[in-house]
Amino acid sequence: MYQYDSFDAAIVQTRVEQFRDQVARRLSGELSEEQFRPLRLMNGFYLQLHAYMLRVAVPYGTLSSTQLRALAHIARKYDKGYGHFTTRQNIQYNWIRLEDGPDILADLAAVEMHAIQTSGNCIRNITTDQFAGAVAGEVVDPRIWSEVLRQWSTFHPEFSFLPRKFKIAVTATEQDRAAVQWHDIGIEILKNAAGEIGFKVLAGGGMGRTPIIAKVVREWLPAEHFLSYIEAIMRVYNRYGRRDNIYKARIKILVHEIGIEKFREEVEAEWQQVLPTHIDVPAAEVARIAAYFTPPAFETIVPPVAAHEAALKADPAFAHWVARNVVAHKVPGYAIATISLKPVGGIPGDASADQMDAIADLADQYSFGDVRVTHEQNLVLPHVRLADLHAVWRKLVEIEVATPNAGLVSDIIACPGLDYCTLANARSIPIAQDIANRFADLERQRDIGELKIKISGCINACGHHHAGHIGILGVDRKGVENYQISLGGSGAEDASLGELIGPGFNDAGVVDAVEKLIEKYRAIRQEGERFLDTYRRVGAQPFKEAVYG
Amino acid sequence: MSQIITANDLPTGDVVYWTGAGWTRDAREAALVTDTAAAEALGKAEVKARRVIDPYLIDIELVDGKPWPTRYREIVRASGPSVRTDLGKQAEL
Ligand code: SF4
Repeated sequence: MYQYDSFDAAIVQTRVEQFRDQVARRLSGELSEEQFRPLRLMNGFYLQLHAYMLRVAVPYGTLSSTQLRALAHIARKYDKGYGHFTTRQNIQYNWIRLEDGPDILADLAAVEMHAIQTSGNCIRNITTDQFAGAVAGEVVDPRIWSEVLRQWSTFHPEFSFLPRKFKIAVTATEQDRAAVQWHDIGIEILKNAAGEIGFKVLAGGGMGRTPIIAKVVREWLPAEHFLSYIEAIMRVYNRYGRRDNIYKARIKILVHEIGIEKFREEVEAEWQQVLPTHIDVPAAEVARIAAYFTPPAFETIVPPVAAHEAALKADPAFAHWVARNVVAHKVPGYAIATISLKPVGGIPGDASADQMDAIADLADQYSFGDVRVTHEQNLVLPHVRLADLHAVWRKLVEIEVATPNAGLVSDIIACPGLDYCTLANARSIPIAQDIANRFADLERQRDIGELKIKISGCINACGHHHAGHIGILGVDRKGVENYQISLGGSGAEDASLGELIGPGFNDAGVVDAVEKLIEKYRAIRQEGERFLDTYRRVGAQPFKEAVYG
Repeated sequence: MSQIITANDLPTGDVVYWTGAGWTRDAREAALVTDTAAAEALGKAEVKARRVIDPYLIDIELVDGKPWPTRYREIVRASGPSVRTDLGKQAEL
């Protein structure tokens, strides 16, 4: 796991002291709200419906158990005992007092955390595969290159005031768990026939009011030119991105308006300017960073593991959880366990301080102190011995985070919506809860199979509704919450944009509509088809008929 | 439609309402606005005095003779999250 060097520590500590001074000056009146607002936002402090909200960065979704305990401590001491994990693999606290802000940042700094790059028109927290360093088939641990990006992008003077916020995601497996095609820049790490590492670079993806899937800028970028090429893209965007219209300011609009060929031309030309500046990271530095991600000391285990096999046979509830929430590890005898923060009827992504502490303890005992946050708002223990899985599961059951629903209909992404968010048009969480309750029967969920429902409370699409197999967007229709359904979206390697199927529904109607869509799928699916596959095969019409008659 | 003044308390961020003499956390204690221009000026003065941020007027109706917001967004601010009725003003006031 990455550990701060003296630069990181100094940067973060300086930020804490600066913010302490800024808050004091704000409270004394030396700074007006206009002057202070950008400063608090640069440190992750937003004003939301009930109070200030603090968004803490979890770089590439990796947490140590110590850090998770610190997050629990902050929830307990400064908030109301819980936090909300987000689709950017971050955590948000909903009830923060500004006057506590400097102390919170100091507590975060003590465990090498901060809230930098969680707001503003800068390069935001880099995201990646939650199974990084654990899953089979990975070209290389994507966190190495994510960390290169983090170091390069943090306080990059040229890219601190971009036309708009900028999101980068990295993946290193064929299966895309980081939704890279939906990012301003998406990076796929590849290996060529000669065994060399390189990158497929995509740009111009994004959700929001103009959803666009990223286009390929370069099919193969040699590893030694990683940063110079990314820097060239940023420069082109910084120069040509529209600052006159907030709705047209993202890179996706630029790429769309000038076309990918012209954009590529501009980037390649700019790259020739950047190359002589020697911004690229020397191989020795990449190796130094890679050393932080050296795999833990795995034991040599030869499966099958008798204790695990016996537990599977003896305990059907455990077997269901393993079948759904556990995936194969690259090391024999180990497994990757997804901790569902989607108890049926619960609030997607919320975890209490006690749950966080208990998960940190489990990580220490069973997963080399390593915890991950997923963009689907769950947590992961990445390195659990098969022999320990049953004990881990028992504890997860006890703390109510063992719902065996990863990837199923109740594993819903939902943004905070109108229950917390000042930009919201409608509530998201109650819709997620109502759908999960409607499909509470896990047998029924298993029969339905993989189904990604994603809900946003406004067009900003923090709940990724454009990429939902079933996407739900909350809108305000004459002061009443209304929900539009789109179908056929995907955030995975088969990325696609969901299509609106027709007029919206009220809160009860949308749950009924989702049920009708799912029942239609069950009626017409072919062997082995997921909801998304059936939709792609038959198109929207049968589903529209099911819902609208 | 009657209105009241709402804002957020500067140091805590808590949702507050103008009573005519100061700020309250309880929408039901708010004073009805009689002069919109004066209410807006008061909001600005209170921001300048570093007591609140982001003041604005909201529509209300009288429920049991006391003001209560009409827009759902404002009901959520006056109450707390609908999904955590154990938290916020709905639990505390
Ligand atoms: S999608 Fe809209 S309502 Fe939901 S969190 Fe984002 S800005 Fe808020």
